[in-house]
Parts: sequence; C-alpha cells; structure tokens
Amino acid sequence: MRVGFLRGALEIKQFFRQRESVVFTLLFPIMLLFIFGSVFRNTIAPGVTFSQYFVAGMIASGLVNTGFQQLAIMIPIERDFGTLKRLRGTPMSPVSYFMGKAILVIVSTAIQVAILILVGRIFFGLILPSTSERWIRFAILIVLGSICATILGIAFSAVPKNGRGASAVVSPLVVILQFISGVFFVFSQLPSWMQHLAAIFPLKWLTQGMRSVFLPDSFAMKEPAQAWEFNRTILILAIWTLIGAFFAIRSFKWSEK
Amino acid sequence: MNAISVTGLTKSYPDKALGQKKAVNGIDLEVGYGEIFAILGPNGAGKTTTVEILEGYRERDGGEVSVLGQDPGALSRNDRSWRSRIGIVLQSTNDAGDLTVRESVTHFSHYYPNPHDPNEVMTSVGLLEKADAKVGTLSGGQRRRFDVALGIIGRPEILFLDEPTTGFDPEARRAFWELIRELKKSGTTILLTTHYLDEAEALADRVAVIANGSIVEVATPATLGGRNNAAARITWVEDGSVREIQSDDPTNEVLRLSQKFNGEIPGLTVTRPTLEDIYLTMIGQA
Repeated sequence: MRVGFLRGALEIKQFFRQRESVVFTLLFPIMLLFIFGSVFRNTIAPGVTFSQYFVAGMIASGLVNTGFQQLAIMIPIERDFGTLKRLRGTPMSPVSYFMGKAILVIVSTAIQVAILILVGRIFFGLILPSTSERWIRFAILIVLGSICATILGIAFSAVPKNGRGASAVVSPLVVILQFISGVFFVFSQLPSWMQHLAAIFPLKWLTQGMRSVFLPDSFAMKEPAQAWEFNRTILILAIWTLIGAFFAIRSFKWSEK
Repeated sequence: MNAISVTGLTKSYPDKALGQKKAVNGIDLEVGYGEIFAILGPNGAGKTTTVEILEGYRERDGGEVSVLGQDPGALSRNDRSWRSRIGIVLQSTNDAGDLTVRESVTHFSHYYPNPHDPNEVMTSVGLLEKADAKVGTLSGGQRRRFDVALGIIGRPEILFLDEPTTGFDPEARRAFWELIRELKKSGTTILLTTHYLDEAEALADRVAVIANGSIVEVATPATLGGRNNAAARITWVEDGSVREIQSDDPTNEVLRLSQKFNGEIPGLTVTRPTLEDIYLTMIGQA
C-alpha cells in the first residue's frame, strides 16, 4: 500500500515535469473549449446553450483523455525505455505500479475537470447542477468513468508495438470516439448508424451521463431513448471495466520480448 | 552451497529461417559466494538469455537452475523476498529521465526491506555531486553508475551486470571496474556478462567463454585456454626468409639458435599467445 502511494507521488511528479503531458492533458481541452465555445454561441434547445452541452461532453471525454489515452500511450513508452523491466526486477509488487497509475489518473482528472468547470463558468456562463442528486450522479460518473478508462488504458497498452507508435494508434481512436459520441456535435443530430456504433463504446454513455448532470431534464427527450438511461450507463461502464480488467491481467506486457 | 548453480540449461526461440533457434544449448555453471564470475562471448552467443533466465525474466526450456537456493523459474508472483536479495543492472536503460538521481535512488530504496542509505549508495557509485541532477542529463558512464546504484540499493547478495561498460571511454571503464571491485570487497557475488576480453581479465575470478549457446571453457583469466602453458612462438630470419617454430621450452630453443648464429639471432621474436588470440580461437572453434 505504502509503495503504491509512493509510486503515485512519483508519477505525479513526473507528470508535472513533462511539458507535453501538462499541455496535452490540461491545456488542450481548455483550448478546445475556447474554440468551440466561441464559434458556436447558439442555443440548441430551450435554455441550453451549445457551450453548456459542450462542457458536459468535454468533461466526459476528459476522463477518456486522462485515463485511457494517457496510460495507453505512456505505458508502451515506459516499456520501451526499460522502466517496466527494471521495476519487474525489484521486489515492488505489480499492484503498486498500477496503483501509482490510478493515482496519477485521479489527480490529473480532478485537475482537468476543475479547470473545465471553472473556465466554463467564468467565460461561457456554465450553469452548475443545482440538486444534490445531480452532484451525486456526477461523482458516480467521475469515479466509475475514471476506473473504466484507467483499466481500459492499461489493457490497451499491450496493443501499440512500441512507444513511438503508441500515440499514432491511440489518439485517432479517441478523436473518432469523440466525434461519434456527441462531444463535438449534438448527438441526436448524428446519423443513426453513427449513434448505434457509438453506443457500443463507453464514451457515448459518459457524455450522456454528464448531460444528465449539466442539462435540464427537458433535454432528456432529445436522447435516443428519450431518457437519461443512467442505470444503463452504469451497466455499460461496468461491462467495459470487466472486459478491460480481463485483458489487462491477461496480456499486460512488461517488456517487448 | 553455491550462489548460482546451473545444469543443462536450454532455451530456444522461434526463428523464421530455422523454425527454432537454440539460443542456449546445454549450459552448466557454478558460481560461488563472493565470486566475480564473467560470462564472456560475442554478441548473440546466449549471454543475455542465460542471465535473464537466472534473473527470473525468462522461462527456460530445460535444465536445472538455482539462484540463492531458489529456482527463479518457479517463483510465485507474490514471492518478493527472493527478488529483494538480488540486484539487476540491465543491458541498456533510458528511463526516469525527469527524476533526479536522489529521487530515483530514494524511491527504489522503499522497495526493499533492508536498503542501504541512499546517500551512501550515491557516494559509493560516485554520483553524490550529481544527486540533484535529472537522470536524463547524465553522461553514458554516469547513467551506468546510476543503474548500479539502483541495482545495489537493496543490499543484494548477488548482483547481475549485463554488459555494463558497453560504449564507455577507457577512463570511465577503469573507474567503473574500480566500483565493481569495491562491491566485491563488501561480499557481493557478481555475475557479469561482457564481450570485452580485458574486462573479464581485469575483474573476474573465473570466466566462462560462451559461443553459440554453449560453454567452451570455464577457467581463471590466467589459465584460460591453457594460456599459462601454451607453446611460445619463436621467429627469426634465416637465408633471407622468416622461420617460425612453436616450442614448450623457448629458452633452450633460443640458446640453440644463438649457438648456430654465433651470438645474435637475426630478427628474433619470442611471443606467447595473448588472451585475445586464445579467445578468438575458442569462439572460432565453437
């Protein structure tokens, strides 16, 4: 346990010392928020501005960025650099390593979400949830979404052949998911085949869940099922978490060979 | 009991051309406690495969292996106590660039039940003045010292060094060798792989020469390949051409030649094979 926390502290220290990771994980979503928030100043439904809709989607995809994308790129690089092999040769328990990664995801997610909400509130008139029920839903989505994204990121880290190619494999995947899951566009306006495709993956459910936190209940009518489907969201995230855990345990690679 | 004991070790890898390539083909080794043992051989001879099996990184196909009384291939995933008794310096590393030397060494010390003091370790590897430098800014030699620092922080009984001085300049190598000798003095058993002959000669108590996955010979550096009683080669010039003989008693041979020439022998040389000559013959045979 103690070593796991020490690894977490080390991961965070390394995170803030890498300019790329800080810019990519923390500043990039804010830039997107400014661009999209400034271009689309319209309202998409009574009482719902595009920026309100967009912040909800960006928080959801933030979980995918800091969990899935960050780890699925970082772990292959660590494998290339020999970090993992070196750790494997010490008495450190693998659990501590994964705990360190989870702590990194928790901290970077918390910072990213806080910044998005702050920027949204100050510059785009983001309306915050008014009921405790909505805040509880928000907390559940953040926690379960982070766990799901972290485990899927660890599982997917076995896919890229090497560290240099990892970003080229992982990033397009995330961007495509963002496009078809209703982060950049209003989900109900997407072609139905795209909606069906997106419904297989967790991001669509996370964005829908975040809309149930930030958008008025009247907007639920615009969702595919004319409802927020919160329970189904939880179920889908849980299923993906289990699938991720299965592959993470089965195929995690400590070295290339 | 020996620190390391290996009998009949085999390991093959899938190979496109051959189907299976035998990387290790029946190796026997005994390394005593407190010894510096070198595995010397050309690239691709099977050194790293052998050592990584001993370190518990790779599974073997056959043979018996015991390191500190345990079989590294049969350790359960949760058995960390054996790991805390060995130290590993891998072939090449490129990690931890954003951390300082002190941060890394201190962090690794928390992995072990009875670690050295990080300051003492940084002092003994000669990195104390670089303690607060980022690991990514170290030179090649300093980086290797850093690797050793992480390898010894847990007070290992055995230290594995895989080609530790590849790419060093001569001065850095001498300094590194001194560090290894200091570790031996403190009682650490050291298993070293190298493709440098002079390194094996300078450091090792015993050397195993390995080629094509098999051990050609195990001996002290001074007696390797029968070097100590190898025949001397005598050459001289007679009737305008170079003559050469091999002799077990070169002194008498030179005396005889001297009488023949009435004193000075034209173009006389007397040489014994260098370690390099012997080594090249050995790996050529295998």
